[in-house]
Amino acid sequence: MTHTLVDALKDECYHNSAIELLFQLADDDFILSYRGSEWLGLAPHIEEDVAFSSISQDTMGHAAMFYQLLQDLGAGDADELAHVRSAGERKNAVLLEKVNGLGTYLAEPHYDWAFAVVRNYFYAQAKKIKIESLKNSSYQPLAEAAVKVSMELYYHLLHWKTWFTQLMDAGGEARTRMESAIKIVLDDLDGLFSLGNSGPELTKHSLIDSEDTLRAAWVNRMSPVFESVNFNIPEKFGMKNGNGRNGEHTVDLKSALDILGEVYNLDPAASW
Amino acid sequence: MLKDKVLEALQTVKDPEIDSISIIELGMLEELDITPEGVSIKLLPTFMGCPALEIIRKNVITAVSQVEEAENITVQFIFHPPWTSDRVTKIGRERLKEFGIAPPPRHIAETGEWEADCPYCGSTYTTLENLFGPTACRSILYCKSCKNPFEAMKPVSTLM
Repeated sequence: MTHTLVDALKDECYHNSAIELLFQLADDDFILSYRGSEWLGLAPHIEEDVAFSSISQDTMGHAAMFYQLLQDLGAGDADELAHVRSAGERKNAVLLEKVNGLGTYLAEPHYDWAFAVVRNYFYAQAKKIKIESLKNSSYQPLAEAAVKVSMELYYHLLHWKTWFTQLMDAGGEARTRMESAIKIVLDDLDGLFSLGNSGPELTKHSLIDSEDTLRAAWVNRMSPVFESVNFNIPEKFGMKNGNGRNGEHTVDLKSALDILGEVYNLDPAASW
Repeated sequence: MLKDKVLEALQTVKDPEIDSISIIELGMLEELDITPEGVSIKLLPTFMGCPALEIIRKNVITAVSQVEEAENITVQFIFHPPWTSDRVTKIGRERLKEFGIAPPPRHIAETGEWEADCPYCGSTYTTLENLFGPTACRSILYCKSCKNPFEAMKPVSTLM
């Protein structure tokens, strides 16, 4: 059954589930676009700098829209939801919060491009699967938002897929580094499909397909790509560093949020 | 009529980054509602993360405030229906070219390819250099005829 904003506000159980799902979606895009922005000026070449920053900007736009939907549902002010919540309150998948590599943006940033490509490609495909599912979500504002996100995501996916297949096919050091990056990403990949402890509730309300359906769709979509680059993916993916949907996170998230919120928290009432 | 005056005012609001084209010509205006309570304007963002949205909102309010009878002006960005590149009007396509930006490419249904003409020489002999450009809504192309790099509005459609 379709729910408008007004319907959702009247049904407490449904309302809570919609909020839960929106936090997962918003926090995923928010933290990954931050990690993407840390690559600014450091990408392999200038064309990539332009592309990657554009993708990060789109992705932050998606996060902002999901936070706006949360605000509409009475979950709080969109800017505060983005900037003020502590690490323990965040619902993003752990894979997306991990640092880009050794060093920091300001000091010796020895970031790992292979990890960036694999993480972003696997995420873009997982997000595409979710967005396809959300187009049929029972929550109408979310279903409408999914149509808009999908059009922008099309280009992100195309971009990362191109990098992935080219580096995988390049052989030599590129292949070796890509395979190590895949291993690291697979260790936490399951966190992308997890819907957390409230997963069954979300699916019961037809807000989104089940974890199993999402994961199977991802494998189905990715299998031909892996085959084309002669790579066998394992049957099972991990959640080695915890399930972010349930508030489990690494120190990487805490330090990212401290930097992200630094200016905002100087003067939360300032108008930008 | 008040509505015509408001539309006239909206026509003066340009894209902050492409000052030859108005937000109406870009296809951003979805709804203009004039009631005794005030003037309500609903706009569609081209891309969700566009940093120019707040500037556009401010410029719309400033422009419409000039209309004497217009009161209680509200500007809302909505994403349903989604903005698609075919919303750019015929005049809008010409305005983009004046600025040196190719209008959104045509989709060739038979081959699934997109075709963009060079805004300088009109040649179709162009190649895509980077899908992503200086702003979220533009790509970078190159004209093999007149050997100029140029930008084109990124094609966006619900088929994607």
